[in-house]
Amino acid sequence: MSATKEEFWRWHEYRRTMPNIKPAGKDLITAGVDVGSVGSKAAVMVNGHAYSWGIIRTGSNSPESAKKALDFALKDTGLALGDLKYIVGTGYGRVNVPMANKAITEIACHAKGANYIWGSSVRTVLDVGGQDIKAIKIDETGRVVSFLMNDKCAAGTGRGMEVFADLLQIPVEEIGAMSLKVESEPEPVSCTCVAFAKTEAIGLLRKGWSKEKVLAAYTRAMAVRMANLINRVGLEPALVVTGGQSKNVGIVSRIETILGVKCLPAPNWREGGLDPMVAGAFGAALLAKALYEKAQPVR
Amino acid sequence: MITIGMDLGTQKVKAVALKDGAVVGRGQSFAGFDPAQAAEHAVNDALNVAGLKLSDINHFTATGSAMDLAPHTNSTVSMMGADAKAGVFLIPQARTIIDVGAEEARAVKCDERGLMMEFVVNERCAAGAGAFIEAMARALEVNLEDMGPLSLQAERASPINASCVIFGESDVVSLIHRQESKPEIARAVFDAMADRVTSMVHRLGITPEVVLIGGVAKDPGFVASLNRKLGLMVQIPVYPDYVGALGAALTAAARAKGAFK
Repeated sequence: MSATKEEFWRWHEYRRTMPNIKPAGKDLITAGVDVGSVGSKAAVMVNGHAYSWGIIRTGSNSPESAKKALDFALKDTGLALGDLKYIVGTGYGRVNVPMANKAITEIACHAKGANYIWGSSVRTVLDVGGQDIKAIKIDETGRVVSFLMNDKCAAGTGRGMEVFADLLQIPVEEIGAMSLKVESEPEPVSCTCVAFAKTEAIGLLRKGWSKEKVLAAYTRAMAVRMANLINRVGLEPALVVTGGQSKNVGIVSRIETILGVKCLPAPNWREGGLDPMVAGAFGAALLAKALYEKAQPVR
Repeated sequence: MITIGMDLGTQKVKAVALKDGAVVGRGQSFAGFDPAQAAEHAVNDALNVAGLKLSDINHFTATGSAMDLAPHTNSTVSMMGADAKAGVFLIPQARTIIDVGAEEARAVKCDERGLMMEFVVNERCAAGAGAFIEAMARALEVNLEDMGPLSLQAERASPINASCVIFGESDVVSLIHRQESKPEIARAVFDAMADRVTSMVHRLGITPEVVLIGGVAKDPGFVASLNRKLGLMVQIPVYPDYVGALGAALTAAARAKGAFK
């Protein structure tokens, strides 16, 4: 699904099945459904290994988005809802996941999911989702040690980036790369408020700034906010970025520059890699497995 | 002694002509992309009302976020300083002055002489300023000036937790989908904004009397919500949007007399 002229905010909705896994009758199949404010993600796991996942845009109706995302993840796998032994719902809309056996906060799920994607060396997770930004400290098992989140403010979030994409008429998935096409990094803008960007960005363009320079100044300011949040929670390597903005190279590379550390690289989702945008759903599916096993009588 | 005060705000530029301690003319113009030009218009309007000429003016003082662009300027004064001076001039018991403009909000603590003691600002976050109401009125498809009266018809408060304009828009849309009535949604918008302003004022501490100024003070919906959240009745001068410009004009008069250097 490519960006059309009118819909610069639109990003890839896609699904994936891992070809090397063939679920059989005795396997423990669980799912995690992460209903975010902008994207709904569902992941299906077989014995704790990622088997399939799907990402769609969240609609106005959370239960429906949850169902659609899970159906999308199950599509063409031969599995049905009834094959799922345990389902955990998470995300902003987690109380609205009708098929879930349990709801767990997205903080715990992203922690677990980051541990799954990158392994036990991860200690700090920056989760940048559709409407909030969280810095989470975790232990080697993927359990939350502490976390901080921003006040509800769109600057730097996925939703904020969508507004920017429409404003500057640049496909949202290209914003990050474009923001890096500047000869020298401009000063960050002093005001990151997305509502005011509508007038301020236009003012900068009128002053003769290129779109790339405007994007660089805003992206820098947003990266500063995220780096501050990470510093407040206490940066401990390895650092990883999850959520939709993990795909924004302009944000991630600037955070690395500001903090002076490299993030563990994100697997390439276009080539079948575990998508950090799905980290919350992976974590939820893993927690689902643990909860199911805990509920079984001891043999 | 005739002076002019100009307040170059983010949305509108206001001018006040002051003659021997009395306001003799007011004028305002949209700032647009050329605040200097807007200031000329506002000053001309104020002069016309007063029946004065540019050459009659002893001193021009500018304030507001674009004060550096003001024409004719002899001096400038901070927005907080102007708010304090004019607030106490108009309402002598004023000790806390809340100024809510189009894009900024601030609260100023002042003494009985109208000198600023302390202040807090909500800098360039649209959620605590007039821009919030404008964006929500657009989402609701209601005229901006109808928002206040509409909100006063609400029978109850409906919960939105919008502290960001971008998310507020989607909150309003989902309330519309839930068939919530327009008065209730309008009330929710003012309540959310008053919450944000109240928490800003609490950082400063409240010393009565509390005076509300700025363009948003003309909105009865916001005033009602703010009174409820603060648990008191704010006082509002007759021309709340001209208070900053009046503060600049008063400062100009004091400086022209040589009381300040």
